[in-house]
Amino acid sequence: MSLPARVVTLLLAFLAVVAVALFVVIHYFLGGPPTVDYASGVTADTGATVHVVMQEDPQNTVSTHPDWVSYFIQNPRTHAWIHTTLFKVPAGSKIDMTIYGYDGCTPLRNPYFGRVTGTIGGVEYVNGKPVKVINSWSGCNVAHTFSIPGINLNIPMASPSLTANLCGTSPCTSGPHETVTFSFMSPKGPGEYFWQCRVPCGGGFLDGFGGPMQTIGFMTGNMEVVS
Amino acid sequence: MAIETQPDRAQGAGGGQPLTGSSARPWWRRPAIHTAIAGAVIGYVLGHLLGDYLTGATGAANQYPNIALSDSEDWPITLGYVFAIVGWLAGLGVFNDIFRQMIGRPNHVNGNGLPEHETSGLARYFRYSLDHKVVGIQYLVGMIIYFCTAGLFAMAIRTELLSPVNHVFTSQVYVEIVGEHGTMMMMLMSSVILGPFGNYLIPLMIGAKRVAFPRIEALSFWLTPMAFLILLSALLLGGFPFGWTGYAPLSIQSTVGADAYAMAFGLMGISMILAGFNIIVTVICYRAPGMRWSRLPMFVWAMTTTSFLMVLAAPVLVGGMYMLLMDRNAQTAFFVDRLGGSSYLYENLFWFFGHPEVYILALPGFGIVSEIIPVMCRKPLFAYKVAGAGMVGVGLLSFFVWQHHLFDSGINPDMRPLFMLTTELISIPTGFIYLVALGTFWKAKIRFTVPMLFALGMYFNFLIGGVSGVFLSDVPADTTEHGSFFVMAHFHYTIMGGLIFAFMAGLYYWLPKMMGIKLNTTLGKWQFWTMFIAFNSTFLPLFAVGMAGQPRRVFEYALNLQPLNVWVSISSFVLGFSILLFVINFVWSAVFVRERETGNPWNSRGLEWQVASPPPADNFDQIPVVLSGPYDYGVKDAQPVADLHPPAGVLSAAISQSAAIRAEA
Amino acid sequence: MAASVAEDAQGPGSGGPNHGLRIFLIWLPIAVAADLLLYFVYGPHMPPGKMSNTAASQQFDIKVMSVLAAPVMAFVLVFMAYSVIVWRHREGDEEDGPPIFGHARIQATWITVTAVIVLFLAGFGTYELAWPGFAGAGAGEGPAPIWKPDGTPLQVQVIAQQWRFTYRYPQFGGFETTALMLPVGEPIQFNVTSLDVIHSFWAYQLGVKADANPGVNNVAYTTAQQTGTVTVRCAELCGLWHGAMFNFGKVVSVAAFKAWADKTEVQLASVTKILPPYATTYDPTVVPQINKAMAKAGIGGANGYYYPPNDPVQP
Repeated sequence: MSLPARVVTLLLAFLAVVAVALFVVIHYFLGGPPTVDYASGVTADTGATVHVVMQEDPQNTVSTHPDWVSYFIQNPRTHAWIHTTLFKVPAGSKIDMTIYGYDGCTPLRNPYFGRVTGTIGGVEYVNGKPVKVINSWSGCNVAHTFSIPGINLNIPMASPSLTANLCGTSPCTSGPHETVTFSFMSPKGPGEYFWQCRVPCGGGFLDGFGGPMQTIGFMTGNMEVVS
Repeated sequence: MAIETQPDRAQGAGGGQPLTGSSARPWWRRPAIHTAIAGAVIGYVLGHLLGDYLTGATGAANQYPNIALSDSEDWPITLGYVFAIVGWLAGLGVFNDIFRQMIGRPNHVNGNGLPEHETSGLARYFRYSLDHKVVGIQYLVGMIIYFCTAGLFAMAIRTELLSPVNHVFTSQVYVEIVGEHGTMMMMLMSSVILGPFGNYLIPLMIGAKRVAFPRIEALSFWLTPMAFLILLSALLLGGFPFGWTGYAPLSIQSTVGADAYAMAFGLMGISMILAGFNIIVTVICYRAPGMRWSRLPMFVWAMTTTSFLMVLAAPVLVGGMYMLLMDRNAQTAFFVDRLGGSSYLYENLFWFFGHPEVYILALPGFGIVSEIIPVMCRKPLFAYKVAGAGMVGVGLLSFFVWQHHLFDSGINPDMRPLFMLTTELISIPTGFIYLVALGTFWKAKIRFTVPMLFALGMYFNFLIGGVSGVFLSDVPADTTEHGSFFVMAHFHYTIMGGLIFAFMAGLYYWLPKMMGIKLNTTLGKWQFWTMFIAFNSTFLPLFAVGMAGQPRRVFEYALNLQPLNVWVSISSFVLGFSILLFVINFVWSAVFVRERETGNPWNSRGLEWQVASPPPADNFDQIPVVLSGPYDYGVKDAQPVADLHPPAGVLSAAISQSAAIRAEA
Repeated sequence: MAASVAEDAQGPGSGGPNHGLRIFLIWLPIAVAADLLLYFVYGPHMPPGKMSNTAASQQFDIKVMSVLAAPVMAFVLVFMAYSVIVWRHREGDEEDGPPIFGHARIQATWITVTAVIVLFLAGFGTYELAWPGFAGAGAGEGPAPIWKPDGTPLQVQVIAQQWRFTYRYPQFGGFETTALMLPVGEPIQFNVTSLDVIHSFWAYQLGVKADANPGVNNVAYTTAQQTGTVTVRCAELCGLWHGAMFNFGKVVSVAAFKAWADKTEVQLASVTKILPPYATTYDPTVVPQINKAMAKAGIGGANGYYYPPNDPVQP
C-alpha cells in the first residue's frame, strides 16, 4: 500500500477505536439511573425538614429485568415514581422518610437487622405504630430493609401478611402494603453514603444476594448529601 | 510383477498426492477473519436460541428444574458463547483440513512435508496461517491491542482513585472495571512473549524450518481474540464483581457477566495448553544437529520451562472454570459450603493454576533479558548452567508454593510454615538470574541500546518486585500485607516491571529480525525513560499505601492516604502516555517510515540472526549444523555459531549416526 | 565473599583496578547506613505499629526482613550502577569483552549465601508464628488453631455478611452489635465466619487478618497493648460494596469494656432473643418456622436459598 493510503487507513482505524472507547465510557461507565433531587431549594445545615418518599415492589416491570424486586423513589415536585435508587438530600437536615412496602416477606439472613437503629427516637412507625424490633424468623414480617451503614441507619420494612394478591405492575399504586415512616438527621458536610437492603431477596441467585441486590437502581443505591 | 515400495511422488502428511498452488478464489471467499466473525455471530445466535429453549416456558424447563432455577439468562449466554467459539473456528477454516482427511481427500502439502502455506501478502495475517512466522506477527499485534485495552481500564481505575469521596464512577462500574483490567492482563499477557517471540523465533533459534504442530500453534493464537472479545462482552452483560480471581461463592452469586468471565478464562487456558504443547515438542524434536541442550539459547530454555508450566497448570484452571460454570448454570454445589461443597476447593484449584501462572508471566522475561545482555555486553552469558538451573528450578518449585495466597484464609495451620519454606526457597533459583546478569556485566563493554536499557530497567524493577515477594512469603508479615496494595505493588513490579519491560526489550531487539524494520531509536529512548520513571513513580508509593492499610479493589480509602493516591494516579497517566509513545513509535516505524534493517544490526551470534531479516519462507535453505554456543563472545578464534550450508555428507551422516545410536539403544 | 571477589578480580586480566574491592567499599557504607536507619530510625514507626502483641511481632518481623533485604538490594544496585558507569562501551572500541563463562567459587558462594539468607528467614518466620507470646501473629488459623495464648481469651465472634461486619460476644449472653469494643491487656480470640461469600476481617492496628468463609470458623488471636481506635476493613473482594465495608472499633480499659458489655447485654436483650443461638458457624437457610409457614401458605417469596424449600431435589 502506498504511503497516503496507509496514513488514511490508520487514521480511520484510530478514530474508530477512539469512538468505540468513548462510547463505552459514556454509555456503560458514566450512564446509570437518575438521581432524585430532594436538596434543591433547601438550605443545608439549618435543620430544615425534607420528606423523602420511596416504595419497594415485588417486581418492577419497567426495566430489562422486569422480575427483579426494586425500590422506586418519588420525585418531590412531580410526585411521579422514578425507577432509581439514587437521591440527594441537604446536609444537616431532618429527613422524614416514608416507605411503602408492597413486597411480600423473606426471612433476614441475619435477624439482628430486624432491629431499628439510627432513627430519631430509635423507632420506626409501621402504619403509625412505633416498632423497635421486627422478628423476621417467626412469621411473615419483613420484606426488605433500608440500611445506610455509614450513619448506622437500619430500617426493617414490614411486609403485608401472608396473602397472595401482591401488587403486580410497578410502580405500585394499589394493593396490600405497609407504610413505614421514620426520621433521621442527615450528616453535616457533603458525602456519599451507600444504602442497601439486607434481606436476601434476589431470587434465583445464590444466597439471594445477587442480581437486584447488587445492581444500583434496584435494591441498593446512594444517598448523596450536599451542602 | 514387482510391488512398488516407493511411491513415485513424495507423500505428504495426511496421505494422497501433493497439490501445488493454493486455490485462486477471491479473498472474500476464502476463510479469514471476516468469515470467522460471521461464524461467531451465527453460532452465538444458535446457542442463544438453544439456551432459550432449555430454560423457556416451553419444553425442557419443566423437565430440568435445576436449569430453570438459575438466573434466567445464564444458559442462553453460556451456550451462545460455546457455539460462537465453534462458529468462529469453523469460519476460520480450522476444521477444514480435519474434515478433508476424514473424508479421504488429500491435504495440501508442500515439498518439505509442511502443510502448504502462503508466503507473501498482507492477507495471510488475517487468515488461519500455518507459517509460524505469520502466527508470531499475529500474536504480536494481538498482544499489543490486548495490553493497550487493559491499560485503558487501568487508567480508569486510577481516575476513580484520585479521591476517596468524590466518585467518578458508581461502585458497580468501578468493580467491573477492576475485574476487566485484572482479568484481561493476567489472562492474555500469559502469552505475551511466548506468542509473538516464542512462536516466531524458536524454530529459527534451534535451526528448524517449522514448528512441530503448525495447526495447533495457529489455533492457540486464534482462540485469543475470541477470549478477548468474550471478556469485553462481559461489560455489555453488567460485568463481574469479583476481580480476576473469581472466588466462589461470589462468582456463583453474580449475574451473567460471570459466565463471560469463566468462558473467556477457560478458553484462554486452552490456548495456553495448546501453545505450550507445541513449543515443548518443537524444542525437543526439531533441534538441528549439533544443537545440544548445553548450546540452546537461554531464551529457548525459558520458553520450554514456561511451556511445561502452561501444559501442567492450565488444565486445572480449565477444570475450575468448568466447575464454576456448572455451579452457576446447573445448580451443582462444588463450591457451596452448606450443600456439601467448599469455597476452599475453588481457592485451591484457582491458585494451583494461579501460582504457576505468575511464573508463566515471569520466566519469559528472564529468558529475554538473559538473551539480550550477552549481545549488548559483548561477553558470554555468565554461568550458563546456573541460568538454566534457575529456569528449571523456578518452574519446578512454582508448583509447590500456591498456598501462600491462602495464608490467612483458614487453611490447616500446619501447612503455613511448609509453604513459607517453599516460597522462600523459590527465591534461590530466581536469584540465579541476577548472578548471571551481574557476572555478565563484570568487565563488559556495555552498549546502551534501547533493548539494553529496557533489560537494565527490568533487572531494577524485578529486584524490587522479587524482594517484596520475600516480604510477602513471611506469614506474620503477610498478615498485614495480604489483600492490600502491597501485594498490588509487588505483582505490578514483577509482572509489569519484569515482563512488560522485557517485552519492550525483546521487541526493540527482534523487530529488525521479524519485520525487517527498525524502531526509531530516539523515540525508543524517550519511551524508555518516561516509562521507567513513571512506572517507579506509580508503583513504589503503593508499597507504603498498602502497609498503611488500604485494601485492594476498594473505591473508598482513608483520607490521609489521598495525597499518595493522587501522586500515584498522576504518575500512572504519565505511564499511560509512555505506552502511547510506544504505540506511536511502533505504528510510525512499521507503517509509515519502514526504515529497512536487514542483516544483523546488533552483531549477535544468535542462530536466528544468521539468516536474512525477515527470514526466508522456509527459514533455512538447508538444516544447518550447529558448531558452537551462541554466547562465545570474546573467545579467540571462536567457531561460527553454525554452518548454514553443510556439505552434503555431513547432514546425512549426522542423521544416520544418531539413528545408529538409537538402534543400538 | 567480598574478599574472594577482590582476589579473583585480579585473576585473568591482571593489572587494572580492583573492581571487586571498589564495589565492596562502595556497598559497605551504604548497606550499613541503610540498616541502621531502618532498624533504629524507621523501625519503631514501621507498620502495623505496636498496638497489640501481634502487631508488634509483625513490626519486628518486617524490621528484621528489611535489615536483611537492604544490603542485598544495595549490593545488586551498586554493582549495576558500577557496571553501567565503569564498564560502558567506549566509542571506537570494537573488541568484545573478556570470555568469562563462569567462576565456580563465585557461583558456589552466591548459591550458599542466598540459601542461608532464605532459610534463615523461613525459620525466623516460623518462630514468629509459633512463639507463644505472639499467638500466631494475628493470622487466621482455621477452626483448629495450633498457636494459642495462655488462659481463656475473650471470645469475639466476627460475622461477615454483605456488606457489614457484626460482632457477637458469647460470654455476655451472645448479644450482637455493629460496634467492636475490646479490652486492653487481655487475650482476645476472634472467631471469624461468614454468612454468604468470602470476606476478610482485617483489624489493621491489631495486626489481625482472618478470612471469613461461609460455614467455617476461622480463629485468630491477639492481645491489645494500648488503647485506641482500630480500623476494621474487609480485605477480600465481596461484591458491590466491598470498598465501603469498614467500621471502626475501640480498645478501652478492662473496666470500661466490662461496663459497656454488661450495659449492652441488658439493652439488647430483646434483640438477642430473636437471634439464632450462638454457634461458631451458621447455616442461615435453616429457618424451620418460616419455612413451614411459607410452605403452608404456598408463597414463594425470594427466600434467599439456593434451592427453594418446596423443591424436592434436596441433597
